[in-house]
Amino acid sequence: MPSISQSSNATAARLAPQVRMNEPRSMAAEKEAPVRFQISDLNFFYGPKQAIFGLNLKIPKNKVTALIGPSGCGKSTFLRTLNRMNEIIRNTRVEGEILLDGQEIHSMDVVSLRRLVGMVFQRPNPFPKSIFENVAYGLRINGYKGRLDDLVESSLHRAALWDEVKDYLHKSAFALSGGQQQRLCIARALAVNPEVLLLDEPCSALDPVTTAKIEELLFHLKDSCTMAIVTHNMQQAARASDFTAFMLDGKLIEHSETSKLFTTPADPRTEAYITGRFG
Amino acid sequence: MSNVRIIWRKSLNFVMLSLTGIAALGVVSILFFILGYLIWNGGKSLNWNFFTQLPKPVGETGGGMANAIVGSLKLLMLAALMGLPVGLLTGVYLAEFGGKTFSFVIRYTTDLLNGVPSIVIGIFAYSLVVLPVKHFSALAGGVALGIMVIPITVRSTEEFLRSVPGSLREGAMALGASKWKTIVTVVLPAASGGILTGMLLALARVAGETAPLLFTAFGNRFWSPGFEQPTASLPVMIYTYAIAPYDDWHRQAWAAGLVLLGLVLVANLGARLLLNRGSAVRST
Repeated sequence: MPSISQSSNATAARLAPQVRMNEPRSMAAEKEAPVRFQISDLNFFYGPKQAIFGLNLKIPKNKVTALIGPSGCGKSTFLRTLNRMNEIIRNTRVEGEILLDGQEIHSMDVVSLRRLVGMVFQRPNPFPKSIFENVAYGLRINGYKGRLDDLVESSLHRAALWDEVKDYLHKSAFALSGGQQQRLCIARALAVNPEVLLLDEPCSALDPVTTAKIEELLFHLKDSCTMAIVTHNMQQAARASDFTAFMLDGKLIEHSETSKLFTTPADPRTEAYITGRFG
Repeated sequence: MSNVRIIWRKSLNFVMLSLTGIAALGVVSILFFILGYLIWNGGKSLNWNFFTQLPKPVGETGGGMANAIVGSLKLLMLAALMGLPVGLLTGVYLAEFGGKTFSFVIRYTTDLLNGVPSIVIGIFAYSLVVLPVKHFSALAGGVALGIMVIPITVRSTEEFLRSVPGSLREGAMALGASKWKTIVTVVLPAASGGILTGMLLALARVAGETAPLLFTAFGNRFWSPGFEQPTASLPVMIYTYAIAPYDDWHRQAWAAGLVLLGLVLVANLGARLLLNRGSAVRST
């Protein structure tokens, strides 16, 4: 069906104009990029129900990897295996290997793992504390003894929130707007200086302007962080990521550079999904 | 046909509305009737002496219940010290740790404990604290009231902890906080307004208990320093004064009732205020 595939290419091209411009550079990047997370034969179970089936994936360093797929395909579950957040849910089981910089995460201390792998959730979840205390929280519980002020300030800078809150640091975090709260949560995660940032649909509760701000923020964070972002918004995946993984029914269907996946998907199911024929 | 049905439906509506409205009005008016009656009768004999003087010997008029007011506060303090921590920790266990079966057992037991007649709890404290040392004491009364405080605290603590969104717990754990640290640094502070309210209401609830004090704290017409002597309390004072044959004592019983109700109302209002402030912080 050449006509359909042509039109889908056109759609994808419209989705991802900037990505196409970056094409040569990111192709080169794939060959060089060192791997931060290496996931092999990952299976995950909620009780008797299997949610992830034999997943293999490499998440390259200092890149943004987007996870897309229809609701319930296991992309959030997968993301939450990377910092072992699923362990707080009863009756779950994980099989397979997840290496972070070559080290198996299940034999690591969970606290040190979560320091290295920060997470931002779907809905902004600031603590009922002041803005300052929210950012300082991770430092405090990890027994950080140095000057908190500087780290709080630099974290808020990195999350592009400093200018908006610098005069209200001791006001309740609930006084902020939704988008500011989400950036506060990013600042909170950045404060402990993680190597990886996992973002679970971070913009789904936000308006387009705020979403754009957060995407821009991700772009700037690439220098210091590896990021994996779950999104159900394909434009967002196309705009903000270097690599994209498409999941369906708990399986990884396709994984490649974002530009390639959105313009010339290898699998017909990927094509069907990105052209909006299901999901 | 349809007209009849409409009329029938509308009149049924009207009747039910009136019934529920009358019942609701009745509830409110009972409180205001009691309050009014107390103020009317108690207000007359309530004066500064009531708060500062000891009871006068039989036959002399005047005097006050200073010892009973202090005694009640002492008993409540003991009850708070013994009951609130146990209740709080059990509530935390139920909301944050408990498995299904064990939690069910604890919850059920707590509800049963809440339903145990207060006089039975009095007997229990009597045999536990009074019998071994062979005399009544504030401590025994505190134990009895403390036991009564526990179930209310447990359930309200659990409720308010459960109302803290799970996303806050996840947020803390994703930053590397252990479960206990998450509870102490995020979950408990988020629910603190509600938990404190529950505690205040529990104390207000037992402040008026008479039965468990009759043979634990007993009563005293004089000051009772420390915690090892029989201690006067407002509810027991009301009881003894109300059944005595002296008019002056009846008047004082009314005054004591008014003071007790005032204490409970203040505690209630304080609790509401605390809760409102807590939720205001949470929602803005």
